[in-house]
Amino acid sequence: MMVLLYTVLTLCVLGVLSALVLYLVARQFRVEEDPRIDEVEKMLPGANCGGCGFAGCRGLADALVGRDDISALYCPVGGAEVMKSVADYLGKAAPEKEPQTAFVRCGGSCAKRPRTNRYDGAASCAVAASLYGGETGCAYGCLGYGDCVAACNFGAIAVDPETGLPRVDAAKCTACGACVKACPKNIIELRKRWPKERAVYVSCVSKDKGAVVMKACKAGCIGCGKCEKVCPFGAITIQSNLAFIDSHKCKLCRKCVNECPTGAICLVGMEPLLREPKPAAAAEGAGRSEAAATKPAGRE
Amino acid sequence: MANNLIVAPAPHVHGPESTRRIMRDVLLALLPAWVFSVVLFGVPALAVTCLAVGGCVTFEFLIQKYLLRGPRTVGDLSAVVTGVLLAFNLPATLPWWIVLVGSFVAVGVAKMTFGGLGCNPFNPALVGRVFLLFAYPVQMTLFPRPEGQMVDAFSGATPLAAVKAHAVSHTAVNYQDLLFGSIPGSLGEISALLLLVGGAYLLWRRVITWHIPVAVLGTMALFVLCVGLCEGMRGEELWSFPLFHLLAGGAILGAFYMATDYVTSPMTCWGMILYGVGIGAVTVLIRLWGAYPEGMSFAILLMNAVTPLINKYVKPRRFGVK
Amino acid sequence: MKTFPRGGVHPSDNKLSRARAIEELPLPESVNIPLSQHIGAPAVARVAKGDRVKTGQLIAEAVGFMSADIHASVSGVVTAVDLQPNAQGLRQPMITIRREGDEWAEGIDRTTELVRECTLPPSEILARIKRAGIVGMGGAAFPTHIKLSVPAGKRVEWLIINGVECEPYLTSDHRSMLERSEELLVGITILMRALGVERAAVGIENNKPDAIARLREQASAYPGIRIVPLRVRYPQGGEKQLIAAVTGREVPPPPGLPIDVGAVVCNVSTTLAVYDAVQKNRPLVERVVTVTGRQLREPKNLLVRFGTPMSALLEAAGGLPEGEVRVLNGGPMMGRAVCNLAAPVVKGCSGITVLGGTEARRGAESVCIKCAKCVSACPMGLEPYLLAKLARRQMWERLEGEWATNCIECGCCQFTCPAGIPLLDYIRLGKQRVGALMRARAAANTTKK
Repeated sequence: MMVLLYTVLTLCVLGVLSALVLYLVARQFRVEEDPRIDEVEKMLPGANCGGCGFAGCRGLADALVGRDDISALYCPVGGAEVMKSVADYLGKAAPEKEPQTAFVRCGGSCAKRPRTNRYDGAASCAVAASLYGGETGCAYGCLGYGDCVAACNFGAIAVDPETGLPRVDAAKCTACGACVKACPKNIIELRKRWPKERAVYVSCVSKDKGAVVMKACKAGCIGCGKCEKVCPFGAITIQSNLAFIDSHKCKLCRKCVNECPTGAICLVGMEPLLREPKPAAAAEGAGRSEAAATKPAGRE
Repeated sequence: MANNLIVAPAPHVHGPESTRRIMRDVLLALLPAWVFSVVLFGVPALAVTCLAVGGCVTFEFLIQKYLLRGPRTVGDLSAVVTGVLLAFNLPATLPWWIVLVGSFVAVGVAKMTFGGLGCNPFNPALVGRVFLLFAYPVQMTLFPRPEGQMVDAFSGATPLAAVKAHAVSHTAVNYQDLLFGSIPGSLGEISALLLLVGGAYLLWRRVITWHIPVAVLGTMALFVLCVGLCEGMRGEELWSFPLFHLLAGGAILGAFYMATDYVTSPMTCWGMILYGVGIGAVTVLIRLWGAYPEGMSFAILLMNAVTPLINKYVKPRRFGVK
Repeated sequence: MKTFPRGGVHPSDNKLSRARAIEELPLPESVNIPLSQHIGAPAVARVAKGDRVKTGQLIAEAVGFMSADIHASVSGVVTAVDLQPNAQGLRQPMITIRREGDEWAEGIDRTTELVRECTLPPSEILARIKRAGIVGMGGAAFPTHIKLSVPAGKRVEWLIINGVECEPYLTSDHRSMLERSEELLVGITILMRALGVERAAVGIENNKPDAIARLREQASAYPGIRIVPLRVRYPQGGEKQLIAAVTGREVPPPPGLPIDVGAVVCNVSTTLAVYDAVQKNRPLVERVVTVTGRQLREPKNLLVRFGTPMSALLEAAGGLPEGEVRVLNGGPMMGRAVCNLAAPVVKGCSGITVLGGTEARRGAESVCIKCAKCVSACPMGLEPYLLAKLARRQMWERLEGEWATNCIECGCCQFTCPAGIPLLDYIRLGKQRVGALMRARAAANTTKK
């Protein structure tokens, strides 16, 4: 009985002593921190994806609380909603940024871009890109080893086994930009997000001349300039044999899609325009599609 | 253009080494000592080995199939090596279910919970053995006498245990028996000579390097010699003291086969030497002053724990860096 | 016998074309000459479409400090100055010449007569080397005139000629040493004169006893030249390893250079090119290329004009074998895989190795068992298993701390890895990232100041 008593007593005394030591140490070494940082961190999504430019959500929270002007800070994952609630809580002006989605600008699927050799090294785009041009005749296209997939924290991007190309799930994409940084070929771009995941973009980044592109890939941009001419908003520019659609200027009028001889311009979430027989109606058509495009959410 | 071109970064050729080949070499090196112990102990030794190997392989296969769902690595023979090494650490008379428990602890707990081959911090076979030693101390220390041998002064107990208990003096031990295995003990500790032959094979095949075995055995010999001197031993008594400690118990088995386990030993030459010295010193400490007659397994496990630290701080000499 | 201090491996040497004398490859119908065949800035084309050129005529000029001149390798008409895919499938500016005969530019001595005397001052020797567009022909293609310009405050104590050829399969340097031994020795005396050194050592691995014997016999007539046989061990021919083997000194990690330990290393082919340039006024337009492989019918050593498509060389050696093949620009340890057989032979191409059958593909990768074989194989005292792991996890700063930049990419680690892990693939990537990191930091520092 006495043994039991002694044991219990000793343990109690030990416990109290340890607690005391812990308490004293904690008080001695306590770091004063703005309690609002914890609150802001709780509001943030907690994905720690690094999309804001900080190592994690804590870093962003620290900066949000610390800086007076937070217009340069933005959490792409939480978006406008989260930024507004954080700004309201801190009593600062909410930073604004339009929502974006990642787009893979390569249409060179297995069927359209024939293989010329086989890669047998480490399964990493970065390794392959530093070695050579790739398994096909196109030195600009997607390599398909999925560095972007590995970089995505949200499971929003996956390589489609049929095409061999990564596909972005727009619903899951938070536009954190991790895949953009991971892609050694600079194929992935963050573009303005339209409602219902609509998009028009050039699905090619090849700067080769048209003839070279045609030989290597059936879906490449050959830089012919037809889309540039037809665009009523000046959203399309051709630079080093490659068309680029500025997603801020584009109004989704879809004219360029019909003009493109190789189908390099991708249309997502919409039906293509019916081919217009009369080129004379172009001006009128432009006016109409502009009117339509200004309120895209209202249609359908 | 030809579609059959293969492109990969350099180097484009590979040496003959493979994990499977290394494991096969280890098994080959263990073969003579194993055959000898089967001859000596008969069917029980065979049964213990089969059970241990079968247990290890089965547990690894089942865990990979149903729990981890990763790639199957049973084919690389590493589970077989674990099984054989575990069997070498067990007495031949051990009941079958204890052997199975041992192999489950070795593979299931010490290896697969950490992620399988290459990830385990401790030597799986030794974890299995030490677990059994704590859980079933009686069965684990009941060593059979080799069949057909004369009754020795220390029959039933290993020479180490006998000397430790001051039942006999180490000078009374017959060194031929230690070398050739006419002593009680677990499967793998009975013939130092055949283990040495296997060790030489491993060195020749470059499966292991000299650093760890030499460091372990050298430290043990030196340490024991110093202790002998301090205790006032002279002449033959003094010289036979380190010899006894090197040949008895699991010193050779540990130094050549257990301590050199790739996964749990350091990566650099100086790291290996440091690790070996640590094992040697701790072994002697336990043998001479600890509660157990044999300390090799504890010493190796202890130094396994230090290995990551050694890897972090002991670096190879960088070329051109002063 | 001498060798480098630590690490290294012993790949089977497979010197199939060891006994085959150098043959001249018939001139191709047209050549594609890249403007960048060297480390540094690409040369700038000095000809345009439609121009007639003669063999040995300057067609592209070096610009900036680090660059090299380029000469027409055949005579004919320039048909294009345009982007063409190189051996890696990347498009590079190249000059295409359609061949018409083989008319050489004036002032080039094409005889094979040995010219022993050289009384030119060092500055003139360097000028001639620069004019001939000579770059390191062992593979790195570093402009030779820059290598030979000793920076102020440094002293050259050793000229080391690299006749090691430790790469398996390759025999071009071996054959050159045998067939042009006198010219090589004269070339060495010219280099010694240019550098102002008294002694030169020719490092040759012991698997070439005929070359060692021949050079030893003839070197007695040339004071200061010593032939140093070396134990066979890869990567003995690495610049740092060779210096350590011959002089016992270790070149410090980057930005350390051989000159920091008083050594200058030149490849055998480069030395012969120097002889041609200085004594014969002959620019660099051709080189010896080993075309080899177990599956090739006739492995050969070919004298090839630059710009010749690799496919022509493969044809000359009996054509590509059936099935999957790996065609390498260089040897199997450090060569670069080729994905475009129409790509031209360039100055740094010492061999074309064809690996077929089971050698074409890599083995399967399994997990690291921490066997430490890579650590003991690394000639630079690095821990490849750790570097590869850090690179996979993109921990570039820690990579820098583990001396990743000291890696010479010899491939010993990956060669020896029993688990078949692509260690070097990742280390090379890490090295590139660490390099970029360091350059960015240096740039930030200079802007701060």
